[in-house]
Amino acid sequence: MKQGFFQIAENVPLTDSVMRMRLLGDVSDITASGQFINIKLDGLYLRRPISVYDRDENSVTIVYKAVGKGTEQMRQMKEGTLDVLTGLGNGYDLSEAGERPLLIGGGVGVPPMYLLAKQLIAMGKKVSVILGFNTKSEIFCEEEFKALGADVTVTTVDGSYGVKGFVTSAMEGKDYTYFYTCGPEPMLKAVYGASKTSGQFSFEERMGCGFGACMGCSCKTLYGNKRICKDGPVLRKEEIIWEK
Amino acid sequence: MGEMKVTLCGIELDNPVIPASGTFGYGYEFAELYDINLLGTFSFKGTTRDPRFGNPTPRIAECYAGMINAVGLQNPGVEKVIAEELPKMRKCFHKKVMANVSGFSVEDYAYTCEKLDSCEEVGWLEVNVSCPNVHGGGMSFGTSPEAAEEVVRAVKKVTTKPVIVKLSPNVTDIVAIAKACEDAGADGISLINTMLGMRIDLRTKRPVIANKMGGFSGPAIFPVAVRMVYQVSHAVKIPVVGMGGVSTAEDVIEMMLAGATAVEVGAANLIDPFACKTIIEELPSVMEKYKINTLSEIIGGCQ
Repeated sequence: MKQGFFQIAENVPLTDSVMRMRLLGDVSDITASGQFINIKLDGLYLRRPISVYDRDENSVTIVYKAVGKGTEQMRQMKEGTLDVLTGLGNGYDLSEAGERPLLIGGGVGVPPMYLLAKQLIAMGKKVSVILGFNTKSEIFCEEEFKALGADVTVTTVDGSYGVKGFVTSAMEGKDYTYFYTCGPEPMLKAVYGASKTSGQFSFEERMGCGFGACMGCSCKTLYGNKRICKDGPVLRKEEIIWEK
Repeated sequence: MGEMKVTLCGIELDNPVIPASGTFGYGYEFAELYDINLLGTFSFKGTTRDPRFGNPTPRIAECYAGMINAVGLQNPGVEKVIAEELPKMRKCFHKKVMANVSGFSVEDYAYTCEKLDSCEEVGWLEVNVSCPNVHGGGMSFGTSPEAAEEVVRAVKKVTTKPVIVKLSPNVTDIVAIAKACEDAGADGISLINTMLGMRIDLRTKRPVIANKMGGFSGPAIFPVAVRMVYQVSHAVKIPVVGMGGVSTAEDVIEMMLAGATAVEVGAANLIDPFACKTIIEELPSVMEKYKINTLSEIIGGCQ
């Protein structure tokens, strides 16, 4: 973990409520896809944890949805500097991907799939991606995934674009060696049930600190209690206990 | 440079800054960021007799100038704390540490304290009679002078280490409880624990926190903490450790003027992991600004 001050280089809308923000600063502690950063905002006490969409040598990009006070405040920002903690969370383990990994992102669970897809493609893997949304107007980043060279399938719940239904509708026909997923918990549960191989799940939980000190975001696993922020957010299929 | 040393129940601290229990784990997450030996000491995650997962999630809520937590004393239980956590802690922290203890019966407190009494690295036992998160347990001890007294007597029987009783602010007369603890043999008082609070999500019309209520902490509660530290320190002869919303070096000095011998820093660690380091580094210049040469001389300086 590192604390740094990041300059806002870009903050542009992708849909009515989803934004892409690029932050310039020391990104040396961002070592894996699936990690998150924790942003301090004026007038709000707790930091806001947001997953990493992409990174390069001197910047990190996040794609976030304006849903509450914090993210709404972020949406309004044009320029300035943000106090950010980086290098948080375990991130995805790429070593088990096999030759044909399947990446499944739903809604705001789509962004962490981007850096992951980029890394897996760089390793020479044949990457398939399923991106799930409610409706056509909410779709973002489809072209970006295609530009990486991934085989992209979009699903919409109302059928206004791509395959009609949930991400699981598109999973049936896929041939894959392993999977990675991130999205709302009901979706993760459905993916768990529909999946034919082992895989990794990224979870979300309300956090206090984001770096393992407060035990605010703990969950039970088959291998004992884990902190989503520090021991997660990525858990393996074999250790998950569905409680809710 | 001014003198920052203070003595807490017979043990000298290089400075009065102490990360509060539940906001600093067992220290090692923070030791990755800075040398935690610069702290006066720290109070490690509350320990109970048996392992506890704590409350269901969500356990955290945002508030104006603060937060609510309902973690519910998650910890691996005293045996594992001693066997696994303390050896890891010892690798990064070489001073005496404060062991925070909670319980659900007088016997629980005595059992856990007796186990921790055998740990050489433990300097003080901070007995939490005030955690507001646990149904039917912790709360009741801290809200009645008789119950608090009973816990203190039981704990004092099993340890020779200084016993500091951590009090809840969610009471009508904090002075009466503090005096009862002093009469029962407590070596110090620490206060305040979190204040019972609640938030409701307008979209779902349900409590934000699964446990419905939780402990409110952060800068918003600082004035309440200063007031209670002032009241208690004027009523008892034993030292008082002040806490509640402390976030800056100025806050530390204000707490000491109110009567605190040492000062715990809680929620601030979660927002800024360097909070205690920054406070300690800024103390000398703030002391100079207010013409304080020796920090220990200002304890209770506000009459």
